[in-house]
Amino acid sequence: MTDRPTSNASPFRSLVLIAVVMVALVAAIAFTAGWLTPERLTPAKIVNALAPPGGPALGFRRNHAKGICFTGTFESNGAAADLSEAPMFARGSYPVTGRFNLGTPDPKAPDATVQVRGVGLRIVAPDGREWRTAMINLPFFPVATPQAFYDLLKASADTSDPDAMKNFAAAHPEFGAFVGWAGSAPWTGSFAQEQYNSINSFVFTSATGQEQTVRWSFVPAAQAEAVPVDQLKARGDNFLDADITQRVQSAPQKWTLVVTLANPGDPTADPSKAWPEDRRKVEAGTLVVSAIEPEPDGPCRDLNFDPTVLPPGMHVSDDPFPAARSAAYAVSFDRRTAEDKYYPHAPARGATQ
Amino acid sequence: MTPIHDRFTPLQRALHWFMAICILAMLFIGVGMVSTVHPDYLSLVSIHKPLGIVILVLALIRLVVRLTRGAPPLPESMPVPMKLAAHLSHLAFYLLMIGLPLIGWGMLSAAEYPVVVFGVRLPFILPHSNSLHTLLWNAHRFLALCLFALIVIHLGAALLHALVRRDGVFQAMAPWR
Repeated sequence: MTDRPTSNASPFRSLVLIAVVMVALVAAIAFTAGWLTPERLTPAKIVNALAPPGGPALGFRRNHAKGICFTGTFESNGAAADLSEAPMFARGSYPVTGRFNLGTPDPKAPDATVQVRGVGLRIVAPDGREWRTAMINLPFFPVATPQAFYDLLKASADTSDPDAMKNFAAAHPEFGAFVGWAGSAPWTGSFAQEQYNSINSFVFTSATGQEQTVRWSFVPAAQAEAVPVDQLKARGDNFLDADITQRVQSAPQKWTLVVTLANPGDPTADPSKAWPEDRRKVEAGTLVVSAIEPEPDGPCRDLNFDPTVLPPGMHVSDDPFPAARSAAYAVSFDRRTAEDKYYPHAPARGATQ
Repeated sequence: MTPIHDRFTPLQRALHWFMAICILAMLFIGVGMVSTVHPDYLSLVSIHKPLGIVILVLALIRLVVRLTRGAPPLPESMPVPMKLAAHLSHLAFYLLMIGLPLIGWGMLSAAEYPVVVFGVRLPFILPHSNSLHTLLWNAHRFLALCLFALIVIHLGAALLHALVRRDGVFQAMAPWR
């Protein structure tokens, strides 16, 4: 590259050609990376849009930031082994690391201000294969597509246009069902009384290669008791942590895994649409939560409950959300692990009991 | 005017061109997958990991072949700085071809993401650590962009040898006879 001693005819044309090839390659990678298409919906955009007006809580998950860790087991009864060859559906007991959480980007949000509660699970098979899932207590998702979710985040944060949410709801009729749920669903006083739903559909494959699209729920053994929100507010900002810690100390808390099988034609790609109640259901086993640990230095904190970490016998369906969630969770994980020094490693809220 | 030099062995040429396709694909898949939430994200990730392992294995084979079979000498007509640049770029290629897959694997290990390749769960090669994950993630991204830049320069240099200097360097690695 320092000089060109050749005396061939027209090296200039060759040099131009070489430059064109090099520039074209750089342009191709820039296009692939999305640098030339700023309108592309990237995982970073979704994660940025989740941040509250004051910016994200550094070192914490970008959503479902407030949570508490637990350990326990999944006691499989073998009933789902015909549906999926996942090793944790064979009859037996499998270790679980999990996290109860609130659907908020604010790790200090008072418990009575967040209606969406969730749980993340990691179930490990003896061969090391894992099933990770992150579920919420909503019966369906507020919107039908990842783009609509992003638009919802932007509309709800839009302070310049007072009609932003109204316009969003008009353009996304499915959002009305969520508004109805938020206005009518009873609040409970405990993580142990919530039903956690996969919301998204997945495909189970059996050992013989049969495929079945499913959704699943973890149904609590504890009876749900409705508590007025005002009463919950009076219990303090962190009553859920205190409640679950105390409950698990007195007895393991249990949920039944109920797998719901789609009929042909059910809306498998749209998590905003619940399936009819009469769909076949299989009780696959019991989640037993046997120990609670505060999140700082707990075993769940540095785990990414990526819903696309699936064992053999499960894969994603035509539902577009798990891929988008996986991409966004990875960005959230990359950011918070890089912000480790900002996270309060010593228990921040003191003893929870 | 310069006679055709010794060429790389057929095995070396085959490895070079096959890996060139793999590595370019890998870089495009890498930058594409981290910039989309489309369902293709999962397909791209599921190619990225096994392809990385394939590149790692091929790079190790190629290193052994290079150490045992050597490389044809660069032409006398090449200025010394240009020769130095060629040798350094080869060294950088080997370091990156072997280092990038290992860093990616280590990064996933440090995050405790299961690394499943061709249905086989690979062992973790590093402990679960946020600081290690961050270090390796930044290194993976930065070195991947370095590798891409190196490839662009390498391609430009190869074409310079083929079209302007016509000194047999390109023919030494050309896939055809």
